[in-house]
Amino acid sequence: MSEQERIQKQRVSRPTESVADVSVDTTKGEQLKADLDDLLDEIDEVLEENAEEFVRNYVQKGGE
Amino acid sequence: MAGPFNTSAPANTCSPVAIAKILGIETEFGIAGGPDQDPITASSIIVNAYAQRGVTHINWDFEGETPNVDARGLADLTAFAPVVETQLANTVLANGARLYVDHAHPEYSSPECRSPLEATRFDSAGEAVMRQAQRVANGSLDPANAITLYKNNSDGKGNSYGCHENYLVERSVDFTDIVRALVPHFISRQIIVGAGKVGAETDHSRAIRPDFQISQRAEFFEEVVGLETTLKRPIINTRDEPHGDAERFRRLHVIIGDANMSQYATAVKLGATALLLAALEDQGLRGFPVMPRDPVRAVRAFATDPSLSTTVECEDGRSLSAWDLQDQLWHVAERYVTASGGGAVAGADEVGFLLTQWRELLDGVRDDPMTVADRVDWVAKRRIVDGYRERYTLAPDDARLHAIDLQYHDLRPDRSLAARVGLRQLFDATAIAEAMLEPPPSTRAYFRGQCVKRFPDQIAAANWDSVVFDVGDGPLQRVPMPDPLRGTASLTAHLFEANSTAIDLLAALGG
Repeated sequence: MSEQERIQKQRVSRPTESVADVSVDTTKGEQLKADLDDLLDEIDEVLEENAEEFVRNYVQKGGE
Repeated sequence: MAGPFNTSAPANTCSPVAIAKILGIETEFGIAGGPDQDPITASSIIVNAYAQRGVTHINWDFEGETPNVDARGLADLTAFAPVVETQLANTVLANGARLYVDHAHPEYSSPECRSPLEATRFDSAGEAVMRQAQRVANGSLDPANAITLYKNNSDGKGNSYGCHENYLVERSVDFTDIVRALVPHFISRQIIVGAGKVGAETDHSRAIRPDFQISQRAEFFEEVVGLETTLKRPIINTRDEPHGDAERFRRLHVIIGDANMSQYATAVKLGATALLLAALEDQGLRGFPVMPRDPVRAVRAFATDPSLSTTVECEDGRSLSAWDLQDQLWHVAERYVTASGGGAVAGADEVGFLLTQWRELLDGVRDDPMTVADRVDWVAKRRIVDGYRERYTLAPDDARLHAIDLQYHDLRPDRSLAARVGLRQLFDATAIAEAMLEPPPSTRAYFRGQCVKRFPDQIAAANWDSVVFDVGDGPLQRVPMPDPLRGTASLTAHLFEANSTAIDLLAALGG
């Protein structure tokens, strides 16, 4: 089943969800986006400056 | 040795009642830096930094720089017993855990715990131990040689290291039944407990060119069942080393998990697996899903598809997704709990919590992953990776996205991204600090931890199933602990209270 089909199926099987839920979801969606923007700002502050070197130098011996 | 460690007569080995699911997690941490960039040296420095901190009592003024919860930790780090087993640094901690150098990684093996939530708390304590060791070590190293630790499972270049779970299983359960019950679980559980990864690093998974995988470990698995852990890694590991009475117990050694930053993910990973093992012991294979025809291909395919739409063909001809398998497994666990109460795994409240969380995470990743970004590591990581990529219009394999992946697992507080993404916490810093110092009360780890804490100078060695005392005169005295369910606080706390020296304790045990 594709993701699209699954989403449709869920909608069909939950016909009673109210309009109010949708509006709450929209607000929540905007809040999440705002939170993400703040989070990305913070990541900019703490991310290793030379990402390429940082990633390249991280070499491990296998364990276990 | 007599007393509380006698192996009692097995209570109905054929009984349908599941045995207590004693469990724990052992984690190899990624390590970078150190003198000469040598990981073995750096790992030894980490282990010794934590151990010698307390033994020497030097540099007490260092405490002023640390939060109070850690000061408690430093103040009590007097208790370490050497394990005479390898040349490398190797210690037993007062909380009953083992801290040592395994190959080229520092490893924390949690003490045996009685429930998934308890094991989660002691896993978090392991993280705190490593963080403290990192801070202490770097306090005395040239900043150019500073050591950094990561709680992850791969370096992005094809090298993987493990986060292994252990579960106590009734010896009488047929191993082929364990395989049939758990292979569908181990290949599918990654959709809620995977730690996520940018890109791919093995030939077969690179060929699929995934931007993001839901699991760190999945692509490294090459067999369904086997003994190896480093080459040809199997989904079910057959290592049979019970660390206890082999007549009664099997220790199921699970090597296919990701190390989780999310405490909820750790709890659900442990809880779901423990419940399924208990269900198997209680009710047999009834209700478990059929096996996928090609589990190795399935675990890799599921990992490379964050949309979760991939299905695989099973032995009955049906095609099922990882979600379908998890859904069916959840119902197995739910029926088991309804029928038995789930006491083999945890108390009623905890079992209810674990089932509810498992369900919420499962429905969340299907319906709206953002609702579980506060508990599912791969969703939390993907959210920032995708967000960052979109903000700066980066290519999917941009080094900055790989850096975000790596820093998600970074144990440096000023660099950790997991600490910033808003993961929900199950335990606060005080509860975790306590678990660094106090053993869990309901397993033999209690006795081990108390011995290490009270009599560090008289312990010659300790391991999972014994403590060896050296009290000066005569031969070493070994206290065997073949039963993980004995040596508990309720059985031995009064002995520690009544006997303030190792000699008295041994006399009490022997009498």
